[in-house]
Amino acid sequence: MSGTSGRTIKVDTLARVEGEGGLYIKMTGDRVTDVKLKIYEPPRLFEAFMRGRHFSEAPDITARICGICPIAYQMSAVHAMERALGITIDPMVRLLRRLFYCGEWIESHTLHVYMLHAPDFLGYQDVIELARDHRAVVEKALRLKKIGNSIVHLLGGREIHPVSAAVGGFHKTPTKNRLRELVSDLEWALETSIETVRWCSKLQFPDFEQDYEFVALRHPSEYPFNEGRLVSNRGLDIDAAEYEDRFAEVHVKHSNALHSVVRGRGSYLVGPLARFNLNFDKLPEVAQKVALEVGLKPPVKNLFRSITVRAVELVFACAEALRVIREYEPPASPRVELPNRAGVGQAITEAPRGILYHRYAVDENGLIVTAKIIPPTSQNLRRIEDDLREYAGHLAAWPLEEATWKCEQAVRSYDPCISCATHFLKVVIDRK
Amino acid sequence: MSSEAKPKAHGKPRIGVFKFASCDGCQLSLLDAEDELLGVAGAVEIAYFPEATRTMLKGPYDVGLVEGSITTHHDAERIQQVRRQCRKLITIGACATAGGIQALRNWKDVDEFVRAVYASPQYISTLKLSTPIAEHVPVDFELRGCPINKYQLIELITATLAGRKPNVPTYSVCLECKRKENVCIAVARGVPCLGPVTQAGCGALCPSYDRGCYGCFGPMETPNTASLTSQFRILGQNDDQVARAFRSFNAWAWSFRKASEECERT
Repeated sequence: MSGTSGRTIKVDTLARVEGEGGLYIKMTGDRVTDVKLKIYEPPRLFEAFMRGRHFSEAPDITARICGICPIAYQMSAVHAMERALGITIDPMVRLLRRLFYCGEWIESHTLHVYMLHAPDFLGYQDVIELARDHRAVVEKALRLKKIGNSIVHLLGGREIHPVSAAVGGFHKTPTKNRLRELVSDLEWALETSIETVRWCSKLQFPDFEQDYEFVALRHPSEYPFNEGRLVSNRGLDIDAAEYEDRFAEVHVKHSNALHSVVRGRGSYLVGPLARFNLNFDKLPEVAQKVALEVGLKPPVKNLFRSITVRAVELVFACAEALRVIREYEPPASPRVELPNRAGVGQAITEAPRGILYHRYAVDENGLIVTAKIIPPTSQNLRRIEDDLREYAGHLAAWPLEEATWKCEQAVRSYDPCISCATHFLKVVIDRK
Repeated sequence: MSSEAKPKAHGKPRIGVFKFASCDGCQLSLLDAEDELLGVAGAVEIAYFPEATRTMLKGPYDVGLVEGSITTHHDAERIQQVRRQCRKLITIGACATAGGIQALRNWKDVDEFVRAVYASPQYISTLKLSTPIAEHVPVDFELRGCPINKYQLIELITATLAGRKPNVPTYSVCLECKRKENVCIAVARGVPCLGPVTQAGCGALCPSYDRGCYGCFGPMETPNTASLTSQFRILGQNDDQVARAFRSFNAWAWSFRKASEECERT
């Protein structure tokens, strides 16, 4: 079983990730000779067909890149367009957008923690199997997820591809009383998120630490959603407008995929671990406290612990949602008037899986001339392969089936969203 | 080719969920049905659903749910295999039923599109058209929406397993809007709205959020697109704007496609 001279870890269809991809690792003894995260999700060519569309359509169109994190696309789109048009939004609209993002984070993080990732740690194929033995846990998870969705539903009419986000604000903003209806559920959600952190912290984590470059937004006074400088633990500190100067997409021959790298350095990691490590001081006290209680303190360098960090972000998102609801007053107007004028705008926001970059150029009629979208999963791809190159070596003595599952679990730690990533990926259909 | 539903002699009906070019949102609707998920999972065997489970069982399946459009040679072959394995094949969402937003390539030079997005276009294998599933294989039921309505999905699964016709209306968004007692934004405020020609299913969401319907559920049965086009022009919309309105998430659906092409001809 162990110590085989050469073997291949192969997963034709990666399960419990969003979109379709496969995994291929070739080993000689305990040496990894090839790693391919294969993406066979077909290209949909968003950046091309957005040309000629009106800027006001960008949030609705780009939402369709990803059914899991449509709000992330809407937020990066509206902020990039507002920058291109040179407009400033109402402070209450800004606050409401944070609430919108809280809803998406709660929904997406709960989905990932309990339904996509936890089954790996506990040896189940899926959440339905998990529910057979731990029905109460899954029922709580479903309620928590639903509360996240209820925020999105209230602000945007539906959970997937909500309809209210607009360049300049929202099509319609809620009353104070409507938001207050969410409070009792959110108070339950906050408590349940704290329990989730404790529950996750008791899982068994493989001993695997790497020296990552963490990249996330950083804001002077808030845990980041829509604004901030882009920073890293290796000295990066830039505005969104400088993103393409400092990051490059490179063509990797073995996978025929474009991977994002920090120019002159290499792979980097975006998402919960990066945000937590770079912004721990901006977390509300309730989130910091439970993180420290379970022994999570930046820098967390073990990829597998991202499940617990995601749970800490659940605590943050619930607490932040409650804060926004307390402070919210309906704006005088749901959105500001929009000029048609030529311009270029870039924005980065924090999708549940990490930073999402949009750049648009629009002409004097308000039509899109060029669009560029770099999703978080594409930014993590090179890092995922780097991790597997290292981690698969640690598993050389493991039976193949268990080693394969462990590698899948490592990939799932990134909560990869392949549907998103494919809008720029080189897609290879392996017909061998 | 599509065989009639035969109730299984024993065991739970087996369901498969298959993805083609899409955003994953329609299959996520199943996981978003938080109150119904465990109930559905108890009533069926989820035999193939990679987004949710590592268990991937071979066909045949009693019901296949298909998300996404056909955009590659590989997928054009794969849908044939999927069809052969499914007693009932149901398409879910605008990509599967109308080609999706990625069907905007259908009016353009796809090679130029690929060059615009990818640095090494020679590695990209893609078809000139993004097409709905029904252009490739017989489909037993098409569930509309971008995204689908999760309650319609639960109704559809329930009805299919019971062997009855699903209760999914084909009338327009206007009826839903009236039922919600919304003031008509097109009449009262002059906002261009696709509600009169779009199939119901969303609950008249956009008019309820102070904006015009943008057609997520595709054309209703017998839509009068010519009349709506004239109305849009009266509201001050130019040909480009009208064409864009019809040409979004259900652009390749026959009547929306014709309506947008009419605008280009004038």
